[in-house]
Parts: sequence; structure tokens; C-alpha cells
Amino acid sequence: MSAEQDVRPEQGEEQARGPRRLGPRTVPAWARIAALAALAVLCAALYLTYGVSGNVAYVVERRTTVVLTMLVVAFAGAVSTVLFHTVTDNRILTPSIMGMEALFVLVQTCLVFVFGIAGLSALPPVAAFLSQTALMVVFALLLFQRMFTGGIGSLHLTLLVGIVFGVLFNSLSRLMQRLLDPNEYDALQGRLFARLTRADADLLPWVAVAVVLVGIYVWRRHRLLDVVSLGRETAVNLGVDHRRVAVRMLMIVALLVSVSTALVGPMTFFGFMAATLAYQVAGRHEHRYVLPTAFLVGLCTLVGGQFVLEHVLGHAGTLSVVIEFTGGALFLYFLLRKAAR
Amino acid sequence: MIELTELTKTYGSSTVLDGVSLRIERGGVTSIIGPNGAGKSTMLTIIGRLLASDGGRVTVDGMDVDRAPGREFAKRLSILRQENQFTTRLTVRDLVRFGRYPHSQGRLTAEDHAQVEAALGFLDLVPLAGRFLDELSGGQRQRAYVAMVLCQDTDYVLLDEPLNNLDMKHAVSMMRQIRRAADSLGKTVVVVIHDINFASAYSDRIIAMREGRVAYSGTPAEIMTSEVLLDVFDLEVRVEEVGGARIGVYYR
Repeated sequence: MSAEQDVRPEQGEEQARGPRRLGPRTVPAWARIAALAALAVLCAALYLTYGVSGNVAYVVERRTTVVLTMLVVAFAGAVSTVLFHTVTDNRILTPSIMGMEALFVLVQTCLVFVFGIAGLSALPPVAAFLSQTALMVVFALLLFQRMFTGGIGSLHLTLLVGIVFGVLFNSLSRLMQRLLDPNEYDALQGRLFARLTRADADLLPWVAVAVVLVGIYVWRRHRLLDVVSLGRETAVNLGVDHRRVAVRMLMIVALLVSVSTALVGPMTFFGFMAATLAYQVAGRHEHRYVLPTAFLVGLCTLVGGQFVLEHVLGHAGTLSVVIEFTGGALFLYFLLRKAAR
Repeated sequence: MIELTELTKTYGSSTVLDGVSLRIERGGVTSIIGPNGAGKSTMLTIIGRLLASDGGRVTVDGMDVDRAPGREFAKRLSILRQENQFTTRLTVRDLVRFGRYPHSQGRLTAEDHAQVEAALGFLDLVPLAGRFLDELSGGQRQRAYVAMVLCQDTDYVLLDEPLNNLDMKHAVSMMRQIRRAADSLGKTVVVVIHDINFASAYSDRIIAMREGRVAYSGTPAEIMTSEVLLDVFDLEVRVEEVGGARIGVYYR
């Protein structure tokens, strides 16, 4: 008797469940990406041209800077979160929970505390950005160096360490902020709150180069990332040096988080939202679909959201607050849904 | 040949593997049995280089597990753990395709695709190939995982409790497929197994472990005796010859 005969009743069971529902495979992933790209271009075109009057050159230039900033921020937020999810084999925790944004806040607060607002303005923005990025990557290295030693709990231990660091950094920042002069505190708050429309234009070319290089590096490894997303044990079984890949990818995550935060300040739930929606929209697990989809979802959210906010709702609020609110709600929804299972 | 020399592993103060030296020859099915906490799964996991040992050496065909290049090693030995949960949503065919990664680094050739289809066919998964893993029953999912490691086309296949959560029918069919993989595909299969009677009926060799050491090693006829089983499991087992296999009766 062959094993085939054993299986036949099961197949009957399968068929009894009826035809497969309209699943993720009915619309190919590339078509979804193309549609998203078209939507992003449409949003950008609308945002750039809608109601331009007065000094046209100035307005368009200003809006172009905003769109370019959003391109970088969407890339950094979406890609860093997807990479983090892939390497840590989870889809709930994000880089910000590793204390990276808290570190950004601490660095900013330290700078204001030590040098004052005047001293801070004296530092060239590019130098400030480079030093911040370097600090973030060093932090990531210190944190991840002893990780992935093969013990099952080590990743969770590291996450826990990250959370503790986050709390520590926040407390230190708050302590220093209490001691600040009210005017300086006010100026610091301005720097810490994400404002997509007031990014530092001097930084843009620098971060654009960094982001393009990262993009190339990651794209060349999309098949490797597919394997890594199966989790450490399966990846090792398939011959992947998981530890090395994970440490490198987490360094890239640190770089991207610092790029994004240096440009527009902390946006805790933006990356989570872009990545989570992308998993649903892409319908495929491969990174060659997920990464572009996450980037485009993020871009549409930022540019489209800004357009709606400015021209439909008449500047009724700040985009980052809206994104944080929806992203946070989405985060809670997924957290609760996971807990309910 | 898999060769273990003085292999040790400790978790804190408890010693899980206490200087295990062992040879597993090429070919056939080898079952590892023993009570809970004997170190069976730990040993298998270290051989499969998913866990680092604290002392000793493991070589597979002369390749040192700690130093062998990952990709080359993955073409020679594959391991399947008992718990496999993926955060990504995969179809059966997606999963089995990953088995070709060590050979093609994700760029599947015509030969790779043929191997994927062969592995799907071998485990009777063709009708389910387009289904998502989370739509399958436990037994079907287990078959899909085994198909992935078979698709990896390694000489050595290590399976950690492949019968976990399978009902009688699926357990029998899984053991038959394992037997077939050894006989018709020439694989060396090492399984950690709890049911001594499955081990007796389907293996060529049985390794019995107790308290982090190899207590006995031999053919099913040598291991399946009341004296040996009493020593290993600390339980009275009556062994009888049923249908050509030695069956242990220990239920009452």
C-alpha cells in the first residue's frame, strides 16, 4: 500500500471546503506596486501644483523640498521597520522600541543642555547630523554585538535591554529638560516634534545619498532576506550566516532611523503602519515585493496626507500627529488581535 | 558518517549532554529514544549546528560543524525542528522552494523547479501546493516541512520528533515516507522519536539516551528488550514479537 492512498480522504476534505476565496494571488504583486506608484505620483503632482499662486518659483521649490523629504522619510521608516521585522522574526516590535528614538531625544537634549540653543545653532547641521548618525550606529553595535549567540532567549533579552535603555534615555532627557531654561526648553520641543514640512534642506542631499546606498545594499540581498524572515533556525539550516546578516541589517536599521529622526524628529508608529499595511497590500512574502510596497504605502500616506491636510482640511493639524494617532491605533489593534489568538 | 566526540552541553548548572561520543554511519534510519530530558533533541540540534556545544566536536563526513561554511554544510545536512511557525504567510510550494536556497541562492533553475516538484510529489503534496500553510491541518503542515528538507537534497536529514501532534494514520504515513526516503533516495535519516514501537518497526539502528549519555546503541532487536528498556526508561516493558517487529507493551 502506498502512502498516496492514505492521503486521498484528506484531499476530499480540502475540496469540501469549496473554491479558494479571492485571495492575494488574484491580483499580481507587481500590478499592486504599479498602482501604488501611480497613486504616489498622483499625490505628489497634486501636492506640488494645487493652488499655486503668487511667487510660483518659491512655492514650488518649497513644496519640492517637502516631497523630497517625504521620499527619504518614507523610505527610511518603511524599510527600517521591514528589515527589523525580518531580522527579529516578529511583526509587532519596531526599532523605536529598541530605544533608538529615545537616544535621538537624549542626544538633542544633551546638546541643548551643554551648548545652549546658541551653541547648537553654531554647529553646522551636517556636522550635527553626521555625529548623531554615528552615535546611533555605535549604540546599535554596542547593543547587538553580544546578541545572536544562538541561545533561544537572547533576542528577547536584547529587546528587553532595548526597552530598558529607552526608558533610561527618556528619563535622562526628562531630567535635563527640567533643568533647562524655559526658552531653551521651548526651542528643544520645536526640534523634537516631527514636522515634515520644516525639515533641514541642507541635510537632504546627504541623507539622499545615504538612503540610495542603503537601498542598493538591501535590494541586492532581497532573496537572502526572504530566507532570514523564516527565523533563525530555518535560515541556519539553509546555510545562512544568520548572526552576521542580522547584525549588518540592524546597523542599517540604526542608520535609517537616525536619518529619519535627524530630518523630521521621532515618528514612532509611522514605520509600523507602512510595514503592516504593506504586508496586507503586497499579498506576497518576498522582499522584492514587500520592500517597494512598504515604501510606496509610506509615501502615499505622507504626501497624500499632507495634501489633504493643507488643501482639504485647511491646515487643521500636523500630519505627524495624525499619522502617530492612526499608526498607534493600528499597533494596538494588531497587538490585541495577536493576544486574542 | 556523523561523528560526535566528547560532546558536552550545560544550561546553567544542569548538564544536558555529558561527554557524548557516538558514530552514526551513512544510510538507513537511526532513531534516538530516551526519557524526557535525556538530551536527545539537544544532541540533534547541536549536530544540525542550530546550537553551540560547550565542549567536544561534531563532524559530518569529516567536516567540523562549527567551522564548515554554512552553504556547503547546508547541501550536506538538513535539520527540521519540531516547532516551526513562520511570521510570513507562505504557500506549501513557497516553503518547499526555500529548500533549494543552499543550491541556487534563491535564483531557481529548471533543475531546482524539478526538485521542488519531485519533493512535493514524494510527500503527496501536489494537490495542496498552492495552499497557505495556515490553511492546512497539522499533519499536512508537517509533511510540507519535511518536503522542504527533502528538497534541500542533503545526504543527511535530521528530524526532531516528526510525529509530534500526528494522529495514528498520519504518524504511520510519515514513518513510511521517512523509510522510503532512506531506501529509495539513499538518505541517512536521524529521528528523535518518543514512541519506542515506531522506532522498533521503522529503524535500522536505535540509540537510547539517558541522563545526557548514550546508554545503548544497536539494532532494534538488541535495544527492544525488557532489560534495556527498564534501564533506559525506568519502566517495566513487556516486549513481544508482533508481525515481524518487536513491540513493547507498557500501558498497564
